[in-house]
Amino acid sequence: MTDFTLWDIVRNLLLAGRWTVVLSLIAFTGGAVVGLVLTLARMGGLWPVRWLIRLYVDLFQGTPLLMQLFLAYFGAAVLGFDVSAWTAASVALTLFTSAFLCDIWRGCVEAVPSGQWQAARVLGLNYLQSMRHVILPQALRLAVPPTVGFSVQVIKGTALASVIGFVELTKAGTMLNNAAFAPFTIFALVALGYFILCYPLSRYARHLEKKLYGAGIR
Amino acid sequence: MALVSVKDLHKSFGELEVLKGIDLEIEAGEVVSIIGRSGSGKSTLLRCLNQLEQHDWGTIHLADQRLDGTAMSPGELSQNVGMVFQSFNLFPHKTVIENVMLAPLVVKQTPREEARRIAEAVLAKVGMSEKVDAYPAQLSGGQQQRVAIARALAMNPKVLLCDEVTSALDPELVGEVLRVLEDLAREGMTLILVTHEMKFARDVSDRVVFMHQGRIHESGDPQTLFTRPRTPELNQFIASVL
Repeated sequence: MTDFTLWDIVRNLLLAGRWTVVLSLIAFTGGAVVGLVLTLARMGGLWPVRWLIRLYVDLFQGTPLLMQLFLAYFGAAVLGFDVSAWTAASVALTLFTSAFLCDIWRGCVEAVPSGQWQAARVLGLNYLQSMRHVILPQALRLAVPPTVGFSVQVIKGTALASVIGFVELTKAGTMLNNAAFAPFTIFALVALGYFILCYPLSRYARHLEKKLYGAGIR
Repeated sequence: MALVSVKDLHKSFGELEVLKGIDLEIEAGEVVSIIGRSGSGKSTLLRCLNQLEQHDWGTIHLADQRLDGTAMSPGELSQNVGMVFQSFNLFPHKTVIENVMLAPLVVKQTPREEARRIAEAVLAKVGMSEKVDAYPAQLSGGQQQRVAIARALAMNPKVLLCDEVTSALDPELVGEVLRVLEDLAREGMTLILVTHEMKFARDVSDRVVFMHQGRIHESGDPQTLFTRPRTPELNQFIASVL
């Protein structure tokens, strides 16, 4: 089985790596949109809304992503929906991401000192005005480093989509290995692929963190 | 008619009764210092005056208007009662002038040009004209507190509440903030201060109110109060802080 040159392997992994990137982008963008809506609803909403969102966050944080993918793919089929691996992976990862971002961002809003709310209040700003002009701009600055940091988890999470037959970097590695049987080389290259995607983001998150605290903003 | 009129004010936090019936009348232009041990209810009283805390019983009137409960929106309230905090609470993401302009712009809908003019005027008053474009983190504590005073003044309130405004400052920075307050007092601003600066309370106030265990224990003009306290509690308090 020596028909596979190293270049063949790398080329095929690179091609599949595109889908890792695309799926990560979908999950992160979708997750950010849903997460933002949930964050705002959770903070401003009535107690049933807050309770439901907390349950949602706890459910997604308290179950393995693998199960969420299985449920999105096979569960939908049982219920009579014919979903593709693409749809199932996108939906599951989007929901997973939204739950974590909702929790991260809530923490950031709560990390803004209560004196800021009080100062806004005595100046006559109402809830929405305080949020918009005083709280959110500060929460946003706090949120950037952990959010960028979490995007690394999303990229690595896409590897699990391989189990429902979604051909991304990991699945491509498995398939190549079935044909070429060079597990060490292939999976080392797969790992390297993830590292190349994740490392710059980790570094960037660390850089942002330093910049944030260096600016003397509490 | 007094400018501020507090009647039978009660406030509890859970089981703990912090204010046990406060009656207080303050005339326009008067400077009133509230002194007392921590836990005596003086900060809570101040926070009830601008409804940062909702009291349980009693009324607060400002001029002839009822101020407490839902009688006034936060927007209206802020144009009647300004407040300066111990910890400044400037908005760290906004420059000095943006801090001062925010409330006139957002709450009063003042046109930007005019808001800027107002902000420059109040910043000049507190001696911060040089630093309009600085961020709070670039200022000393004393400078930050002067900006916080300007920010409150920009809404042109009838009364300014000061909650231990020098307690978080290094000793050498206390003077510059007190001087600003003295100037305001001289211009006829109505000031209600919770303070630990006994010298300032004595020299600048028209009246000193001593609070003890949730009640006004003794009040009067500063000379009499400090030199001839009538109650042993005030006597003890003065001895412990002077």
